[in-house]
Amino acid sequence: MDFDLSKPQKLLKESARALLARECRPGRVRELMETGDAHDAGLWQAMADQGWTGLVVPEEHGGLGLGLVELAVVAEEMGRACLPSPFLSTLAAAALVERAGNDAQRAKYLEAFASGSLRATIALLEEGADWDADAVRLEASRDAGGDFTLSGRKLFVGDAGAADLIVCVARDGDALALLPVERGAEGLTLRPTPSMDATRKVYEVTFNGARVAAGEAFGADGDARGALAGALQVATVALCAEMVGGMQWVLDATVEYAKTRQQFGRAIGSFQAVQHMCADMLLMTESARSAAYYAAWALTERDPAAAVAVSVAKAYCSDAYREVANRGVQVHGGIGFTWEHDLHLYYKRSKSSETLLGDARFHRERIARLVVDGDAL
Amino acid sequence: MDLNLTPGEQQFRDEFRAWLRANVPPEWTGGSAGAEDRTEYINYLREWQRKLYDGGWAGISWPKEFGGRGASLMEQAIFQEELARANAPQLVNAIGLSLVGPTIIALGTPEQKARYLPKILSGEEIWCQGFSEPNAGSDLAALGTKATRDGDDFVINGQKIWTSFAQMADLCLLLVRTDAEAPKHKGITCLLADMRAEGVSVRPLRQMSGDSGFNEVFFSNVRIPASHVLGEVNKGWTTAIAALMNERANLGTGIQVVFKRQLEALIARSRTVERGGRPASEDPLVRQKLAQAFLELEILRLNTNRALTSLSKTGIPGPEGSIQKLYWSEMNQRTQQAAQEILGPYGQLKEFDGGTWEYAYLRTRGNTIEAGTSEIQHNIIAERVLGLPKSY
Repeated sequence: MDFDLSKPQKLLKESARALLARECRPGRVRELMETGDAHDAGLWQAMADQGWTGLVVPEEHGGLGLGLVELAVVAEEMGRACLPSPFLSTLAAAALVERAGNDAQRAKYLEAFASGSLRATIALLEEGADWDADAVRLEASRDAGGDFTLSGRKLFVGDAGAADLIVCVARDGDALALLPVERGAEGLTLRPTPSMDATRKVYEVTFNGARVAAGEAFGADGDARGALAGALQVATVALCAEMVGGMQWVLDATVEYAKTRQQFGRAIGSFQAVQHMCADMLLMTESARSAAYYAAWALTERDPAAAVAVSVAKAYCSDAYREVANRGVQVHGGIGFTWEHDLHLYYKRSKSSETLLGDARFHRERIARLVVDGDAL
Repeated sequence: MDLNLTPGEQQFRDEFRAWLRANVPPEWTGGSAGAEDRTEYINYLREWQRKLYDGGWAGISWPKEFGGRGASLMEQAIFQEELARANAPQLVNAIGLSLVGPTIIALGTPEQKARYLPKILSGEEIWCQGFSEPNAGSDLAALGTKATRDGDDFVINGQKIWTSFAQMADLCLLLVRTDAEAPKHKGITCLLADMRAEGVSVRPLRQMSGDSGFNEVFFSNVRIPASHVLGEVNKGWTTAIAALMNERANLGTGIQVVFKRQLEALIARSRTVERGGRPASEDPLVRQKLAQAFLELEILRLNTNRALTSLSKTGIPGPEGSIQKLYWSEMNQRTQQAAQEILGPYGQLKEFDGGTWEYAYLRTRGNTIEAGTSEIQHNIIAERVLGLPKSY
């Protein structure tokens, strides 16, 4: 057994950290926060040049064909830098096309994803804000030729403003329809819904008679539901790794501050009340790391425990990142509460990450279904 | 990264598993840890260890030249897991095997090695650990049990406490103060003490859970030959740290299997106890708590595997043990609290499931105190992992 990164994985981590340290400094994060779509074309291209946009895209489609552990390595560094980017949304959409697309669709889209020339997102949530595909109510109506017409509203759609393609998850009778709608399509309107974490843009997406040809739908002749679940698992693993990177940044900044900030004539890090908060932050960060990388490994290996592992990781990371950020601000004291200090970027990121792709409660219920109702224990 | 066992590790596991299947005694009924007369119970445990020894499964981490197997850290973890999985009786000489033996191997004289090591392995001599005192708990170096040199002997006077296995032990790894004038870390000596010597008395300490896992040990003019010093006189703190490192290198690999069995039992129970007229397992809040208990146990398993990987590569027992101890002890308390919430008043009933839930709830209260309190573990992590300045 070897629960450690391999040498190439460690090199990948170093190069990811170096690139983001150069291209995504905190000042740049703040600038992107203030933009409409938090998308930096130059930064995106730099990431694409590194192969990150095609990291898990199969080689036959121009990607690197690497596993989710490598993806997690890069995502962790993105989280450390608090990178604002449509990366995660596009990753989810690409993973969906890879699983649900027919040969022609895979050929059409995957190479574009890999090269970085296509950005996309999945529109899943509605008023109930439920990440379970069974909660989808938006009905796609079919005409005599089998083409779809979409009318209805999707909420909390990540990075819709930067996306060339929005994959709408709709009902088609008892089945799920995965319908790609291109930017600027007739009957498609986007409304930004500014939220706490301005580094992650979310939108209300309204379809008003938007049309999708029958042949364009993903997963029409297969398991759309399973493909969607699989794609969301990939995105969840990447998100968990991203959260680990964020926790690590907060921990490092906090420990550094505790060593230098003086009160009562000594470093505040010499007080046990502060020390114990920092020790808890370490324990949570490392535990989150164990869970995230195990989920990445299990999913790559198609381990039977992968579904449980992904939910364990997200349930744990959701609580842990919030708690780490919370303690980080507490140890920093007043300066940690200011706009000037970068901590609030991570504090807010922890909150948006907590609910994205299902919060701890959501994933604990998933675990219960597998472990209490099933026999995954 | 590869979380599968290597072929070698798998072979080790299969071999030991097969041995356990053939040798683990049927369910023990002849006595209990809480009984007044423990002779029968102790003899039973000694026999079990002898069986392991004869099978070549005692002290597997020890070098081959001292009768061990030279097992890797990963194999030791597998060994502990398999013992727990097979529901095997506890190792009566656990302290001898995991703490005293490795310390004698590291610091003992050739005579001490020849005299003590074989009987630790066979279980002929059971060891206890005389470290903590009423006034030296977290601050172990404040210990005051006095040793005065008299000819070829040390004369010991004082008291130890929280001593596991003392009531059945033949020998004790004993920390005493040999120089009262020196700074507290520099006047301590480590002795290999005979528990049968005149002047040693043992009094079991009854815990809130009703049983007596620990003892008080009193020393009144006990004579111990000076040749029984382990390491050097007044350098006992070094010996103690070496011993504690060995203790903490045990990352709790066996205990997680026990926790898993308890969680399985809790999930099974949640299907039979009711909440609002339906099985508790259907109650959303109960489901959340069960899932939380499951995921926290998963984290323990994964953290353990990461720590094992790291220790295997560096070879130096570090603060991993503190992180593990802090996590599992607090996790265990949360899980048993969840069990009490799910079971309601049944959880407190001594006749319900043989009182296991009542016992577990009380026993886990001690987890964050014994073997280094949570506060001490936090301090160790803050100072040794995070590099924060010392607080005391």
